Amino acid sequence: MTSVSDLFSVLVMQGFNGLSSFSVLLLMALGLAIIFGQMGVINMAHGEFLTIGAYTTYLLSEVSQRWAPWLQKSYFVFAVLVSFGLAAGIGLLVEHVMVRHLYRRPLDTLLATWGLSLIMQQGFRSIFGAKEVSAVLPDWLMGSFKPTQSIDIPINGVFVMGLTLLLTSAVFFMLLRTRWGVWVRATTQNRVMAGAAGINTRKVDRSAFALGCGLAGIAGAAFTTIGSTGPTSGSLYIVDTFLVVVFGGAESLLGTIASAFGIAQTQATSEFFLTGSTAKVLTLTSVILILMLRPQGLFTIRVRR
Amino acid sequence: MAGGANQADAPGAWGPRRIWQRLSSKDHQTTGFLILATLLLVIFPLSMGAFRLNLLGKYLTYAFVALGLVVCWGHAGILSLGQGVFFGLGGYCMAMFLKLEASDPISTKIQSTPGIPDFMDWNQITQLPHVWVPFKSLLFTLVAVPLLPGLLALIIGTAMFKRRVGGVYFAIITQAIAAILSILIIGQQGYTGGVNGITDLKTLHGWDIRTDRAHMILYMVNVCLLLGTIVVSRRMLASKLGRLLLALRDKEERVRFSGYDVANLKTFAFVYAAVLSAIGGAMFTLQVGFMSPSFVGIVPSIEMVICAAVGGRSSLMGAVYGTLLVNFGKTFFSERFPELWLFLIGALFILVVMVFPDGVAGIRLDKIGGYWTWLRGRLGLGGAKDAPPGSSPPPVIGAVDSSALSAGSGGGVVGGPSTILPSVSVASERSAASRMKL
Repeated sequence: MTSVSDLFSVLVMQGFNGLSSFSVLLLMALGLAIIFGQMGVINMAHGEFLTIGAYTTYLLSEVSQRWAPWLQKSYFVFAVLVSFGLAAGIGLLVEHVMVRHLYRRPLDTLLATWGLSLIMQQGFRSIFGAKEVSAVLPDWLMGSFKPTQSIDIPINGVFVMGLTLLLTSAVFFMLLRTRWGVWVRATTQNRVMAGAAGINTRKVDRSAFALGCGLAGIAGAAFTTIGSTGPTSGSLYIVDTFLVVVFGGAESLLGTIASAFGIAQTQATSEFFLTGSTAKVLTLTSVILILMLRPQGLFTIRVRR
Repeated sequence: MAGGANQADAPGAWGPRRIWQRLSSKDHQTTGFLILATLLLVIFPLSMGAFRLNLLGKYLTYAFVALGLVVCWGHAGILSLGQGVFFGLGGYCMAMFLKLEASDPISTKIQSTPGIPDFMDWNQITQLPHVWVPFKSLLFTLVAVPLLPGLLALIIGTAMFKRRVGGVYFAIITQAIAAILSILIIGQQGYTGGVNGITDLKTLHGWDIRTDRAHMILYMVNVCLLLGTIVVSRRMLASKLGRLLLALRDKEERVRFSGYDVANLKTFAFVYAAVLSAIGGAMFTLQVGFMSPSFVGIVPSIEMVICAAVGGRSSLMGAVYGTLLVNFGKTFFSERFPELWLFLIGALFILVVMVFPDGVAGIRLDKIGGYWTWLRGRLGLGGAKDAPPGSSPPPVIGAVDSSALSAGSGGGVVGGPSTILPSVSVASERSAASRMKL
């Protein structure tokens, strides 16, 4: 009997690991899905916006450690906000200086933003050093739940999942229940028509890009609770994230969620049976094979063009 | 005709400007080719030491990849971010043969299983894996070097293009494939040598490839292959097939409606690029003496794209110069200012894409001032009266090429500021004249 329950607990914990990597992946992919679905723009520097968020959180944790011990318990809330603001602000700048000139040349955007990501990575390396750093977590994020003897669920993972749930709902609310959301959806579905109907599509693009980058910043803040931050932390996620977005169907947020879940869980489950690298190869290969059979992704919006 | 071009055309005015123009005009493509051939075959071998020449040979193997990208990306419009896969496969095929030759039972007699490559012995493998067995034959290897990567490209290309996956989707998927292959190679240490790759390659069919003399011969073989590739590629691009590739880059739907099978054309371009990359990979292994997963993954693949972009994405000879420029730049800066290199290559990426979409091949010396005015106008620094208000996007890439296809499409340049000249090597005098009027 014990072996069966042991297996069960392992499965639960492995499933939970899958859920926390699903959370970070989803936070990254949400931003990317908005940007990609909205403008067809490939932002290769998206991972670096995650890194911005992560380093911001690290800096705030250091600041509160040193100068404001009374903030130690609550700094993380500020960190999330500041990460969002900083990443969104830099995103706005990048959009203005670079991306907006390349809207008609998506492949070139890909290359230019890759260049940007190289610059940002080296920037992080010059400022923070090549060594990985980690933020000091407040007490309430440490420790773990123990529903049974053998199951061990870390609180930080639960927190990240909660944050993801909150943000996903917020994004859905904004897209489905606000005026801005109507603009975005209209622009995504038919840009020319939306413009003709009086929507300022330039403004929509700009805000969507900033929002996407801001979400990556929050993903970075969340990332610090489960891993340590290095200059290339973000870029490690970029291929996975793009696959998530493409796999889910570029214009469907629901698809993004489903595919992030599918990819993260496949990875986590197969990691238990195989080595890490084989699991990764298996996951990515199956995604690509499915994409060959169904190039439009899992979910699609039917629009007349 | 007006402006700088007029002055430069004045008889007797032979300056660098004139020479440059002559070289970049269509009639003088052959002159450009001869200059490249002289540089690579005579001037560099005579002026460089053995070490530098070997380095140059190594970079010229990347030029194969860049040439493939010129055909596949610059002309057919398919951006592949996974060329490292084919470069790596070609290189690994060659490396497997050389490794098997280097690990004969006598020189590996201290291993617990003599006769198999050393890294397999370290990974407790006691028998040569089946995949490796055919690579004992040189003939098989020479056939496999272009064939295996070509076959893989055929499968990927057919699967993708038949279902009309293109553009950024294709780029992302090829990038993922590059990631998969490099993870796979690193993970399967016993079969592939892992992170270190396949090292300690010594002889090719009994001929020591590590001597200076061997390096020189291999360099010459490499250059001849490269020049041959340029000639073949140029013939191909000038043929109807090449024009179809250009046409499908610019207006895919029209090509399809004209009754051509777009998927087959795209697959052809992709396979062509893959085979070139594989040849480059095999030459790399021969000249450098090892192969490792660091030439397979995402980063090397995208660096090869930047080589092609710097040279001018639709110029074959530009690709060679671009590759040399980027790689010597990389060596120079990463030796002296390692911190600076990533900043520089990042900035180069952005600059080439945003300001010089036609790379080195598109730079016109007589227009340097114009670039500056345009840049000032773009950045809003003021003082630039002739910069268009509201700053229109840079000109359509290589739109001039398509003027060879139909006279009407030369109008693609109209959207761009007149001061930036997207002149590519095949730009005709006529389209230059039409741009002058803008």
